[in-house]
Amino acid sequence: MKELKVLSIVVIFTLVLYWGVEPFAHSQMHKHVEFNGFAYNGKSDIEQLDEKIKKINEEITELKNSGGKDIKTKIADKEKELNELKAKLDDTKKFWAEINKVPKGGDAAAGKAAIAACVACHGIKSQGMKAPMDPNAAAAAYGVNPPDLSNAGALYDEKFLIAFLKSPTHAAHVKKLAMPGGLAGDDKNAANIVAYLKSIAPKEITPKEAFVTACGRCHANRYGKWTQIGDVPKTKSNIKTGQDIDALKFKEKVADYQGKLANYMGKLPPDLSIIIRARSEDFLKTFVEDPQSQLPGTAMPRVGLTKEGYEKVISYLEETGDPSKPKREATGPWVLGFFVIFSLLAYGWYKSQWKGLK
Amino acid sequence: MAHFDENARPFSNKWLDERIGINTLKRVLSTEYWIPKNINFLWAMGMVLAATFGMLLISGIFLLMYYIPDTKQAFDSVNYTIMSQVGYGWLWRHIHGVGASVVFLIIYIHMFTGIYYGSYKRGRELIWLSGMLLFVVFSAEAFSGYMLPWGQMSYWAGMVITNLFSGGSLHANGLVEWIRGDYIPGQAYLGRFFMLHVLLLPLVIIGLIVFHFGTLRLPHVNNKDGEEFDFAAEAEKYKAGNKKESKVIPFNPVFLSKDVFVMGIYFIFFFYLVFYHFEFAMDPVNFDPANGLKTPTHIYPEWYFLWSYEILRPFPTDPGLIAFAFAQVIFFALPFLDRSPNVAPANRRGIFKFWFWALLVDMIILTFMGKVPPVQPWSNIGLVAAVTFIALWILLPIITKLEKKL
Repeated sequence: MKELKVLSIVVIFTLVLYWGVEPFAHSQMHKHVEFNGFAYNGKSDIEQLDEKIKKINEEITELKNSGGKDIKTKIADKEKELNELKAKLDDTKKFWAEINKVPKGGDAAAGKAAIAACVACHGIKSQGMKAPMDPNAAAAAYGVNPPDLSNAGALYDEKFLIAFLKSPTHAAHVKKLAMPGGLAGDDKNAANIVAYLKSIAPKEITPKEAFVTACGRCHANRYGKWTQIGDVPKTKSNIKTGQDIDALKFKEKVADYQGKLANYMGKLPPDLSIIIRARSEDFLKTFVEDPQSQLPGTAMPRVGLTKEGYEKVISYLEETGDPSKPKREATGPWVLGFFVIFSLLAYGWYKSQWKGLK
Repeated sequence: MAHFDENARPFSNKWLDERIGINTLKRVLSTEYWIPKNINFLWAMGMVLAATFGMLLISGIFLLMYYIPDTKQAFDSVNYTIMSQVGYGWLWRHIHGVGASVVFLIIYIHMFTGIYYGSYKRGRELIWLSGMLLFVVFSAEAFSGYMLPWGQMSYWAGMVITNLFSGGSLHANGLVEWIRGDYIPGQAYLGRFFMLHVLLLPLVIIGLIVFHFGTLRLPHVNNKDGEEFDFAAEAEKYKAGNKKESKVIPFNPVFLSKDVFVMGIYFIFFFYLVFYHFEFAMDPVNFDPANGLKTPTHIYPEWYFLWSYEILRPFPTDPGLIAFAFAQVIFFALPFLDRSPNVAPANRRGIFKFWFWALLVDMIILTFMGKVPPVQPWSNIGLVAAVTFIALWILLPIITKLEKKL
């Protein structure tokens, strides 16, 4: 039929248009970052350094070929940078080679005995150990509030945790971090502490707990009523003045904490209420796996979530950022069904009206 | 004084006819508004557009109840209040967002249908011109609406587009500040774009839609062959019962029955997008709150403005602005640049056939290049496409003048 031919031309042009402004454009705008399935073995760290070294080498060759003014000092600067990177690469390779050699499955009982080194700064609420300081005092002392360790074993990768105890900056892939390395002693002892954290980890953890543990000390989630120092408390305003002093006091505490955090991180980490719609699935996955891969130089540490831990965090972000998803899925078929029936009836009417006209 | 029948029951047909001429209205606007029979589903795009505008209006009214035009609250009033606190707020917002995008798809289909079949010529010039006015006001409506969620893309697209009014080397910064009501997009800016979006521009659009329909009534709708015939004579045939031989059908109910069917199919597509594929209409960048201190890596307009944006971008500032201005107004001149006397589908019109497809493909290429980052080879492709666009319009009077009379 002629009309179907016309329709197919319209449809083809529309699809081509869609392809160009969506998949094609986005493939050009965002760099491709390889996803390693939440395995923490230093692969992306080494690749990034290799990439940087390659780029500097190219720049040096280019400089040598260009032969401009003060070229010698420029080359010397670049070569200095190159040597620093090479040293860093060797160091990174060595670190992860050692980590990859640590046998899995430490001794939880021995780890428990060694936990004193941790609880000087961290709380473990599930074991009756409260945090030594409140978030504001902790942020004043360290820049950021050290996390409670109750859920750490349930969310983070075992190898990552061992690496983190050995050297937090290597594991987190950042230049500086409040926690010093080597507190756990040797690699075996670190493995024991990690085994202990795994042994006390709860079997089930809610999406919100996952978010709070992994993200919530740096990122607020205002749609989830979460601040970096805890849930927004329910308070009452004075009925005569309309003022809510308790809420104001809480806000002051949050502002104080945020100020310290911003100093520590360089800027205030963004609120994650609706990040699920602001970033693609692919970006979030690769970013959480290694923040440096998407935002080179970011102060955000790699947190070492396992696949399951990541999925829990994402489901919380969906709850706050895209809460209509279940309703969409429930309502969609009814609306589409209505228009299918509508179209069938309309087709009947159309055929009856045009009968005998042609 | 006219005669009024004392015994006519209030609101009966006779009563209404004596007062507002209901029978004449019905005849002129509906049962004896004659439409050619020789048409395809593309002739239903006008009604599809009207229906989409209706969806935008209704969803907009619901959104307006909860939207707060305040730079500090706008983002959360949309993304939190409407999306999670208001019953079915998400549905209205997604209808509004998808509708704003799809309405341009249909406008472009409607426009290119008109160009293909020559429906802007010989008595139909005002249909084309009023339609182009609608296109311009719809563009302003879309742009002002895009400011309202006050996300990163609202803010920065607003910054870039209002900057265009500085006129390049003219440095008319005073004009830009006058438009913004501030040095940068801020509260004054949001407030006035809110007013434009929810009141002034919709009023103008409704007025123009009425005018657009009005321009259609006397010249009548074109048909698939561009055939000119005597509507009155054909109508007589139809009324006499020679429905098969008559070349026309009444708008209501015959033409309408097909319109309604096409609309049904269209709404399946529309609501499929609303429920399952709305992301294309809601840019991720706009889910980051506006931040005047942080420029997004990529700033680009919505897809329907990309082709004209790409006519601006590949050139240096001043020529770019001139090319951009050219692209904005040149479609208005179409009925006067097309010098051929033929009203016929493009495929029967010699070189014009190639001109039509070249324009369409060129605009699609411009659209693609308008979104990707300005790096090679895309910048060069964009430049060539932009020059081609201008060349095509300069060539139009020449090639249509050479066209043989059919």
